[in-house]
Amino acid sequence: MNPLDRSIQIRGLTKEYKKGVPVLKGIDLDIPGDGITAIIGPSGTGKSTLIRCINRLIDPTAGQILFQGQDLAKLSGVPLREARRRIGMVFQEYNLVERLTVMENVLTGRLGYVSAFRAWLRKFPQDDIDEAFALLDAVGLGNFVNQRADGLSGGQRQRVGIARAIMQRPEILLADEPTSSLDPKTSVEIMEIMAEMAGTRNIPIIVNIHNVALAKRFCQRMIGMTGGKVVFNGSPAELTDDHLKEIYGGEDWLE
Amino acid sequence: MSTHAIRRWERFTPEQRFLRFAFYFISVAAIVFSIKNIEVIPEFLYDAPEQLADFFQRMWPMDTAYYQKSVHAALIETLNIATLGTLLSLTMSIPVGIMAARNVVPIKPLNMLAQLILVSSRSVNTLVWALLFIAIFGPGAMAGTMAIAFRSIGFVGKLLGEALEEANRGPIDALTATGAPPTSVFLKGYWPQVMPSFVSIALFRWDINVRESAVLGLVGAGGIGMAMDTAMNLFRWDQVAVVLSTIFVVVIIAEIAVSAIRRRII
Amino acid sequence: MSIPATHKTRVAFIPNWPLRIGFILLAFYVVWAMGQLDVTWARFVDGLSAGQKFLGRMFPPNFSAEKVEMITKGLLESIQIAVIATVIGIGLSLPIGLLAARNLMPAWIVWPARALIAVCRSFHEVVIAIIFVKAVGFGAIAGIGALVVGSIGFISKLFAEAIEEISPKQVEAVRASGAGFFGVLIYGVIPQVFSRFLGFASYQFDSNLRHSTMIGIVGAGGIGGSLFSAFQRFDYDFVCAILLSIIALIIMAEVFSNYVRALFNDNLALLDYLRNRRATKLSQEKSAGLGAS
Repeated sequence: MNPLDRSIQIRGLTKEYKKGVPVLKGIDLDIPGDGITAIIGPSGTGKSTLIRCINRLIDPTAGQILFQGQDLAKLSGVPLREARRRIGMVFQEYNLVERLTVMENVLTGRLGYVSAFRAWLRKFPQDDIDEAFALLDAVGLGNFVNQRADGLSGGQRQRVGIARAIMQRPEILLADEPTSSLDPKTSVEIMEIMAEMAGTRNIPIIVNIHNVALAKRFCQRMIGMTGGKVVFNGSPAELTDDHLKEIYGGEDWLE
Repeated sequence: MSTHAIRRWERFTPEQRFLRFAFYFISVAAIVFSIKNIEVIPEFLYDAPEQLADFFQRMWPMDTAYYQKSVHAALIETLNIATLGTLLSLTMSIPVGIMAARNVVPIKPLNMLAQLILVSSRSVNTLVWALLFIAIFGPGAMAGTMAIAFRSIGFVGKLLGEALEEANRGPIDALTATGAPPTSVFLKGYWPQVMPSFVSIALFRWDINVRESAVLGLVGAGGIGMAMDTAMNLFRWDQVAVVLSTIFVVVIIAEIAVSAIRRRII
Repeated sequence: MSIPATHKTRVAFIPNWPLRIGFILLAFYVVWAMGQLDVTWARFVDGLSAGQKFLGRMFPPNFSAEKVEMITKGLLESIQIAVIATVIGIGLSLPIGLLAARNLMPAWIVWPARALIAVCRSFHEVVIAIIFVKAVGFGAIAGIGALVVGSIGFISKLFAEAIEEISPKQVEAVRASGAGFFGVLIYGVIPQVFSRFLGFASYQFDSNLRHSTMIGIVGAGGIGGSLFSAFQRFDYDFVCAILLSIIALIIMAEVFSNYVRALFNDNLALLDYLRNRRATKLSQEKSAGLGAS
């Protein structure tokens, strides 16, 4: 397999939280290894579950997730951790460690590479520290390095979250509703930062998003999900109102 | 809605009412049973006020010289036992507390083992722990320190485990997603979240341990209780009074100190 | 964005000097205190072999018929002491706690009440038991007295704090309806603190039960007396049997009082309670995976 190929193939992916009640109903999907792929769909349709199955924060019930010749769904232990190191993730609620400083939060992106003992003593390699400074400057938080994360605003926290994910030097970036807790202006800024950081580093992004307009503006590819199934897969230009009706149901909201 | 013409509102379902009634019944039965069966020797009770008056009379005036002679050194020993015992218990209760937290260690048998250790530690009293350790290490402050430490594991470990179970899941997910090994997830994800409660639990337990270590001497495990035991055996109630006043003052100071530190930390 | 400072002046982690100095001082203290208390490695190693012998003599625990009868009798007396002490202790704590609540009482009542609570809290149950043994002689009455004093120290304080935290609006509303002092108490104060009070009371019962197994050491009744004499006779397999029985009793008491709290606070019936425990476990597992959606 080509190690530069960053595409993901999902085959027959099923997840049941309760037996017999699947949230994901046998998803088959190819996600390209470049650009931004948006997953849209109503709440509770399994978008989050799908994304979390990829880095195995959730264990799928059945199916395969193929990435560079590995089935991510089958991994466990050390191989799973090594796979996770290569997959960055940005969360809706930022998920920063509140009582640690911004710098420490960014450096947690390296925990997969640094031994627990060194991490405890905060003896990170100088390269990592330099890169963390550079990333914080790039997201505009160069002056907040030693501030504790609980003193930041939502937009600032999400910038730290992005810096942490990029700090992993990931081969792919997952984003689970990264803008849903932010105001419209900050949402656009966050999407811009993400697109810019991933673009210059050739990292493909898979993003769950509620805001269709925002998705159309930033993404090269859109996947529509409803009821645990994929019902649309194409470019933003191909996404019509009929598709949206199918995805979200009803049409009153379309104006 | 017409079918609901005779809707009745009841505070509790019949089952709940029955269970509440059962609880009251059991409580009353237990109280009646206890009072009827407890052994009371009335003759002893008649002269209790007299005895108490006599007791307090003999306490006064206090033999203040006794403080310098025996109590002061014993007091320092008591504080050392309480502090060292608390520190020792912290080192032991961290692993047990972690093992008890079902979200940190999702292995059922280990959780249950931890719970068993915690409840055993709490059920056996400090004085009984002291008797056990005297049998092992011989009389003295070492047995007392160990007793304080082992009794505190249950307290600190239980509260630490509960604090860990209440930790916010988000940062843990984020660190897991970076591929961090479990130890790093714990150190950088869980620990910062529970650290403030851990400090406050430790201070709280130290406060309790100052009180507890004051009685260890009664069974020969060192500290100010020894001074009290000696005085009592000699029926020197004026000296016992000195010991009691000392304990009172120290416990009050410890409580004030702990609440001051806690206010600063939290 | 402001201009980032040059790299030389930037520090990734600011060292926390007060904390570091604190830890160093603590380390010195530990070494000093261990010397003072004669806690040494040699004694620890000696203790290990003694401990091995000791454990060897503890097992198997002696549960012979005659011993079981002694244990049952002792435990029953401990339970009786705990029950009576809890009832009397709570009965006395309610008025004392009320008197110590600063938002309901004038200062000249509050401070004497608080002083009484402080005295009750400062002394360990065993110390109080000694005084009671002196006053009323050996036996269960002394134990009850000691635990009552301990309960007053614990519950009155928490109760006073709970009353101080109540919402004054409801009290005002009741007072506005023309209620007298006791009317305010029953309709404005008690409903607000009842569930917390139940928590304190059940906790205090647990804690009294624990203490009642020990005060026998100074002659104040209960299983502690048998335990202490078994220690003095080096009858270690009996010691072990007693300890195991105490642990079993305490576990049962904790399960029981957890259930009572659930019954009264959350209105759960027995089956609901068991079902609910399973449900919370399930939802924990689920939220372990799912963050938001």
